[in-house]
Amino acid sequence: MTSAEVDSAATRPPREEAAASGAPHRARDQARARDGSLAPRGLVRRPSFVVGVCLLVGWVVVAVFWPWLAPADPMAQNPSLRLLGPSGGHLFGTDQFGRDVLSRVMAGARPVLEVAPLATALAVAAGSLLGLVCGMRRGLVDEIVMRVVDMFAVFPSLVAAVVVVALAGRSTTTLVLVIATFSTPMVTRSVRAAALVEREKPYVEAARLRGEPFWSLLWREVLPNVSGTVLVEATSGLGNAIFAASTLSFLGLGQAPGSPEWGASVADNRVFLQQCWWTVLFPALAVGSLVVGIALIADNLREQATRR
Amino acid sequence: MLRFLTRRLVTILVTMLAVSLLVFIATELIPGDVARVVLGREASQASVDALRHQLRLDEPLAPRYLHWLGGFVTGDWGRSYTLGVDVRPLVVERLLNSATLALLSFVLLVPVALTLGLAAGLREGRLTDRILSVTGLSLAAVPEFVTGVVLLVIFSVRLHWLPSSAQAPPGAGPLTRIQHLLLPALCLVLLCTGYVARHVRASTVAVLASPFIRAMRVRGLSETRLVRGHVLRNSLVPATGALAVQLQFLLAGLVTVELLFGYQGIGDLLLSSATSKDVPALQASAIVLGAVGMGIYVIADLVYALLDPRVRVGRARA
Amino acid sequence: MSGPREREPAGSNRAAGDPAVDGTAGAAGTGGTAGTGGLIVEGLTVSYPSSAGPAVALHGVSLRIRPGETYGLVGESGCGKSTLAAALAGVLPGGGGIDAGRIALDGVDVRALSAREHRRWRASAFAMVHQGTSSSLDPTIRVGAQVAEVCRLAGLSRAQARSRAVELLGAVRLPEPATLARRWPHELSGGQQQRVGIAAALAGSPRLLVLDEPTTGLDPAVEREILDLIQALRRQIDAAVLLISHDLALVARTCERVGVLYAGRLVEQGAAADLLTSPRHPYTAALVAAVPRVGVSRRERRMPALPGQPPAPTDRPAGCAFADRCALADEVCRTSEPPLAPTGPTGSSAGSADLPEGVADLSDGHTVRCHHSIRVDLPRFQEQVNEVAAEPARPGLLTVRGLSRSYGRTPVLTGIDLDIAHGEVLGLVGESGSGKTTLARAVVGLGPHGPGEIRLDGRPLPVALSRRRADDRRRVQMVFQDPDTTLNPRHTVGMVLRRALATLRGEGTVADLAGRVQLGPRLLPMRTPSLSGGQKQRVAIGRAFAGDPRLVVCDEPVSALDVSVQAAVLELLATARDAHGVSYLFVSHDLAVVGYLADRVAVLYRGRIVEVGPATAVLLGPHHPYTHALTTPVDPVPPGRAGQPGRPGQVRRGSTAATGCGYAESCPRRIDGLCDFVDPPLLPLGGGVTTAVHSVRCHLDAADLPVFPPPAGPAVAAAAEDEKPEKENV
Repeated sequence: MTSAEVDSAATRPPREEAAASGAPHRARDQARARDGSLAPRGLVRRPSFVVGVCLLVGWVVVAVFWPWLAPADPMAQNPSLRLLGPSGGHLFGTDQFGRDVLSRVMAGARPVLEVAPLATALAVAAGSLLGLVCGMRRGLVDEIVMRVVDMFAVFPSLVAAVVVVALAGRSTTTLVLVIATFSTPMVTRSVRAAALVEREKPYVEAARLRGEPFWSLLWREVLPNVSGTVLVEATSGLGNAIFAASTLSFLGLGQAPGSPEWGASVADNRVFLQQCWWTVLFPALAVGSLVVGIALIADNLREQATRR
Repeated sequence: MLRFLTRRLVTILVTMLAVSLLVFIATELIPGDVARVVLGREASQASVDALRHQLRLDEPLAPRYLHWLGGFVTGDWGRSYTLGVDVRPLVVERLLNSATLALLSFVLLVPVALTLGLAAGLREGRLTDRILSVTGLSLAAVPEFVTGVVLLVIFSVRLHWLPSSAQAPPGAGPLTRIQHLLLPALCLVLLCTGYVARHVRASTVAVLASPFIRAMRVRGLSETRLVRGHVLRNSLVPATGALAVQLQFLLAGLVTVELLFGYQGIGDLLLSSATSKDVPALQASAIVLGAVGMGIYVIADLVYALLDPRVRVGRARA
Repeated sequence: MSGPREREPAGSNRAAGDPAVDGTAGAAGTGGTAGTGGLIVEGLTVSYPSSAGPAVALHGVSLRIRPGETYGLVGESGCGKSTLAAALAGVLPGGGGIDAGRIALDGVDVRALSAREHRRWRASAFAMVHQGTSSSLDPTIRVGAQVAEVCRLAGLSRAQARSRAVELLGAVRLPEPATLARRWPHELSGGQQQRVGIAAALAGSPRLLVLDEPTTGLDPAVEREILDLIQALRRQIDAAVLLISHDLALVARTCERVGVLYAGRLVEQGAAADLLTSPRHPYTAALVAAVPRVGVSRRERRMPALPGQPPAPTDRPAGCAFADRCALADEVCRTSEPPLAPTGPTGSSAGSADLPEGVADLSDGHTVRCHHSIRVDLPRFQEQVNEVAAEPARPGLLTVRGLSRSYGRTPVLTGIDLDIAHGEVLGLVGESGSGKTTLARAVVGLGPHGPGEIRLDGRPLPVALSRRRADDRRRVQMVFQDPDTTLNPRHTVGMVLRRALATLRGEGTVADLAGRVQLGPRLLPMRTPSLSGGQKQRVAIGRAFAGDPRLVVCDEPVSALDVSVQAAVLELLATARDAHGVSYLFVSHDLAVVGYLADRVAVLYRGRIVEVGPATAVLLGPHHPYTHALTTPVDPVPPGRAGQPGRPGQVRRGSTAATGCGYAESCPRRIDGLCDFVDPPLLPLGGGVTTAVHSVRCHLDAADLPVFPPPAGPAVAAAAEDEKPEKENV
């Protein structure tokens, strides 16, 4: 058993096996959950899911509407207002150029929420397709793809990303492509694993017996049944992409210095930590709240998907 | 098991080769000339050309790669472009520094994560479990630099309990060194604890719900005996996989943490050589970090096999 | 009660006794324990919380089991059998709780015990053997240590426990117990694991032994060994034994008394032979009638269908719970629930004397919960056969020659030759691992590739499904085993059937097709997960028939279904066959099911066909010794030999010797020096007609081949008499 298999085995908490004849109502509950496994009805009742959605939606609103919401111009330097602590006038204080930290934090949401979703969408699309085709076709293509996925899995991805971005040069496109590339193998692996499970089920075999074409098999039969996996992967992938994007920016390999992007802000103001902690803390908390929100959503979705 | 290990090792070797080749090709594609970057804008074209020749940058890629590969395998890792020292001792020194930090983190991580995971798993669905689960989940999702900043602001800036730099002054005793390393280690631990604890929790819940535990309960085993004799073993064994994954995270986290806390480790070397296009140092640190990361998986597999009779004895029945 | 611990030394001695000791030792202990001895359950009501209000899983169940007596509890899934077991053990899952009732064992009121006392009680007086083979063993601990742990609970020292564990492993007839004790659970076969589970259960010398579907999932031969073992052991331990099963025939063979659960209520109870030959409750009668019998085909007896489903546990009707499905139901049935009352002259009232007045529920006689029990009549359910003109089968639909398949280097099928005629049903039987599913899948083009020739109507079929012509695919369809995965859970019934009609170019509308498999139009817009198991299999059958197939391969289509649903699906398959003249390759491990539907039967053992011929001839004999072992309910092998390596149940793939008969090492009629070395040929018995030759792969002369004892009366009753334990005098 590989570590990765161990890993995936442990992530899926098996549901309590109700005594088959003892609790028939359970079977019905399960059937209902299976029927509408992604229906939000059950999820809305879970507080952690609601908190997660509020955080995510809040940041999306800020990212889109910050020009109207921000109290000041995030780029406007004001030497007379340098390094002011949090106060009524500047809720989050000002930085060493006298820029309003609150406005910068709000403006910083946009680059994060441009790069990460784009990268995630690319990774999920490519990974799902690869995973589905590999899982359903098996054979040589599968073997090759999975060896490459193994290579990605065992090599620490941030190390590789640092090397690639440093050498390829810093740009938003590079950032998106690098994050997408390093997220794709994970999606491929999960979707392939899910497809392999479905592939062996009689309903897929019955479809093959009656001569469904390969693509119809993928889209009609298998994809709807791995959509839960895809959704979970997409959500947790989004969290990881934000993690990676802001970390790379923090390392000076993402957004350019001076950008209000959160990772870059932390990196720019890191040296002033002892004098003005607020310039560092608030962008950091912004990243934190966004990724926590997404993690809560992903966790609830995963729970919902494994319950069936 | 042996076949599996061989396959793993082959994958690792191939990956290493691929990574080194990738770095080589990437250096070829760098916008701008490495020699020019190294010497600075004011250097004359002649000295740049001389350096290019010295670095064999004027040769084609393939022989240059093979030459480098031969050197690397025989222990000649080249000289750093920017620091002007031999790469191998530099990498070894930095690696030792990082290993100290990683070891401290790991020693803190394992007992904390396993205890929290078990505590949550044994109280599935209760308040303790919910608090632990959501906290762990949140901590695992947050990038190191965020936790690091929060820790720094609290313990260094506001409370003045711990130093903000991880690098102890030269000649400091082990206790001082640990004191300096405590914040960065805590930062790494917080990141990894959540993940490992969640795995332990999940496997504990699974074991508790498994039919054999129910059978033993029916046989009249007390809960204490049940947990000590059967649940612990069955739920901690799968945690080795989670630990391996987290060690990898920890490794990657070194880059961020070493930058944030100003620590002279391998991650810092990787980052600085990457930004200054110091190819020999970059090659060596990337490959060493990668090798350590991949080695962890192999060790985890071995540990897992030692702990689980089903793997150790081999699959007796199909 | 003087505390269960004091009984242990004596109990230990009893259970440690020689396994060869027969029933006489145990019977002595039974006489003295009249009155409050054994298990008494009174008015037990158990419910689970659910979103739709409390789900009542058991409603006022009362029963009594004397020490040394075996009580069988039967019923279909969802009727509350396992809940009763869990309630007795005090470990109800999912927040379930006992709402009312009393459980007493040897006079101890179990419900009054504190949690700690209850645990001690479980360790010393209660034991349970669970369903599923590996489920009761910790995978990370050696089996000997696991049994020893239970012995330690009974107060033995470490060293004593260890040697006692080995003794117990020997007592459950495991070979070389000392060596086996050092093995890991995953190194044992399913039957061996179940024996270890039984050994662990016996470690505390229990006063009550609950067997919850102890043989479900085991092969028939292994099942028989486990049952033999249980029979032998229960005489030694002198405990009250509760056997829970869905299998009527098994219960009839093993138990003295039987109770029938329906929708959480005990609807009928009485002596095994009495209740199963002359049931007084319409539900019991329907169940008994729905059990297929070995050697009785659909031409001799059609099986009745039991319409509808049991009521949901959250929604118990006011009157009789069975009223909605009952042909005898009237207004009284729907408004007032009948009491569990003696059946009158047929039931004996022995044993009720020592019970309080008016507790008819606990009587030992035949009691039934029905307003119209007088009118219930078993033969009524055995409908007359509508004569199907047996048209002569036209040979040559499917021809398989020299088919071999292997998984990796492990051979699964070797040199299979098969023929199926137009309109013929070929039954394929064999235990798990014999390769029957691999063979079925190979015919439709699924599974591993390998050598061999498959011809349909004389034209060769490519091995791989992807290379077969659309027309050939259309003509060969398959019905799968597991109803839960056979349909896409994201599709509706209508979508499934529409897709089948479209791709198989079938004629007619979706509603027509649904009608042909007796599915109402109401079901068409429903998503498949909300269907019942039987409905799912109907949809799957409809899907297979969409393109007017010539051959339908049925891989265990009814093995996951309850007996009443099984009967209905078998009937549907029989009707569909007659209506469309289609052929079946019908795979099952259950000889009775195969015999009901099949015209001819092939028996597969370790990847080879050991016998093939007309159904009745194969099942009734003279037949191959292996077929005989499958058909005979009583193990022909003396108990001492059970559990030895190479028993039929312990198929070890890959160990097939290059020479000799595959069955030689387990065969009771082996000819030493011949069977071990020379592979027997498949020879025809006598001179048959060309279409129905009966061939057997055995060295024995046709006259020496074993014969199945002719069935006398209903099979379950016959079985009950076969193995009536020596308890009549109690």
